[in-house]
Amino acid sequence: MKEQESAIRLRGVVKRFGSLTAVDGLDLDVPFGTCVGLLGPNGAGKSTTMKALTAQVIADEGELEVLGYRLPDDSKQARALMGVVPQLDNLDVSLTVEQNLLVFAHLYRVPGGHRKEAIERTLGIANLTDRRDSKVDELSGGMRRRLLIARSLLHRPRLLLLDEPTVGLDPQVRQELWALIDRLRSEGVSILMSTHYIEEAERLCDQVTIMSHGKAVAVGPPRQLIAEHAGPEAVEVYGSPTHLTEVEGLARDRGWRTRRTGTSVSILQANGAAAHLDGETRVTNLEDVFVLLTGEEIT
Amino acid sequence: MAAVASAPRRRLHRLERPALMGVMVREVVNYSSFWRSSTFSSTVDPTIYLLAFGFGFGSLVSEVAGYDYIEFVGTGIVATTVLFSGAFPAMYSTYVKYAFQRTYDAILAAPVDTEELVTAEALWISARTGVYGCVPMLVAIVFGLDPSWGMLLVPFIAALAGFGWAVFGIFIAAKAKAIESFSYWQSGLLTPMFLVAGTFFPLDGLPEWAQIAGHLNPLYHCVELVRHAVFGFEGWIDVWHVGFLVAFALVSWRVAIHYMERKLIL
Repeated sequence: MKEQESAIRLRGVVKRFGSLTAVDGLDLDVPFGTCVGLLGPNGAGKSTTMKALTAQVIADEGELEVLGYRLPDDSKQARALMGVVPQLDNLDVSLTVEQNLLVFAHLYRVPGGHRKEAIERTLGIANLTDRRDSKVDELSGGMRRRLLIARSLLHRPRLLLLDEPTVGLDPQVRQELWALIDRLRSEGVSILMSTHYIEEAERLCDQVTIMSHGKAVAVGPPRQLIAEHAGPEAVEVYGSPTHLTEVEGLARDRGWRTRRTGTSVSILQANGAAAHLDGETRVTNLEDVFVLLTGEEIT
Repeated sequence: MAAVASAPRRRLHRLERPALMGVMVREVVNYSSFWRSSTFSSTVDPTIYLLAFGFGFGSLVSEVAGYDYIEFVGTGIVATTVLFSGAFPAMYSTYVKYAFQRTYDAILAAPVDTEELVTAEALWISARTGVYGCVPMLVAIVFGLDPSWGMLLVPFIAALAGFGWAVFGIFIAAKAKAIESFSYWQSGLLTPMFLVAGTFFPLDGLPEWAQIAGHLNPLYHCVELVRHAVFGFEGWIDVWHVGFLVAFALVSWRVAIHYMERKLIL
């Protein structure tokens, strides 16, 4: 038997919906025990990719392997070993927190003698023990998201798929969830997370794959991608729109990359040579890389 | 991080018991929060039909097709209940779970396939139909229908027909692009079927084309089978009725799975 190194391994995956190619030859690896971020603007193919991993989307071409199982044929075995946190809340709203967990303990085939323990353990992880009897429609957005995570952990999955886990949440709630996800990763759970929050990817992910138009345009650890594509620092120049256009022209002549950030222009890859443009020097980030590679701003 | 050995050889099968159980547990737990309204709508409607026809029509005719009218309608009404508590809940709950609650997204991310999902939901509706189907018949007993041992078979007949209507309802929901399109199915197909089933009046008096249509109607076979169970079986003709209901259930089951797969798996 061959030893596997990756929890997820995709090669040349293509998915078309009519004339639209949502995923266009995607390669993706999630090594065991790591957290990989799938980063991309809306419509880049992230959600389609996530759905393909549970065989709710069947790829037209390419190889998909999850926990050593070939998809779609053996997808059911793979699904038995992974947890999924969907982007859109699909809890049973008329049931209590505990009833939601009980139902999914059955669906994930937790043996009868272990169900109680599994429910208590995940209530604890999600910090919902004292809300166990609350109906879901009485919970806040953050609690509902924590319940979705608890629900995905009942059967102690080795792999977790998180589709935009913190979208639409307050910054403070988002940070709580980051702590929770980080804890799971430190316990050895492999995680694939799609997100369009750059900060989320920078903080949590060992590796990121930046997607644009269904393809992976860059793969690597966040720090390395930043160093490679954006350089060590950026110069951010503020001014009137005319001034900004001039600055962009100047940078283009020197072969530097620029990006508009609302009221300013950021000059990248100038290596200190742009200091005379009277801008503020700042540390580069993953967002710079993202915009340079995809040509799209994200919110 | 240690590499993990290749996955075990054992493959999971189709229609596994844990998957069917899981989906049914979800239905049962949810049912505990809405059983009152569900039981009310599934049994009170047919009971009203029973009483309206029983008193209204029963005062005009004393005997129909060799039965007292209360006997005729009190047994036929089981099929109406089967339709009301089988097809309609299947249509609406499938559509709501698909379009509004996204329940199927969550279930199919677990080790459950569409085939198991459809089968388990239909089995649960079928079990309910077996119980609900008897309620108006029990009411009819109060109004003069004589109890008989054959009535003990009625829940099973209702459950068999109920499975067929449940998967048929799931098929309608799978075909529906919007919940509004249910109106076409209800007015164009289900209401005529409900009336031309030999429940309230025999098919004999109808024009020939309507009689032929009636014989293709699963509800008619359910009506006949229930009457014969209560008043005495008639040999091969009842084997034919059972066969028709089994065929209806099997064909609708496969068709429902096919269309649900097309809807749920992209």
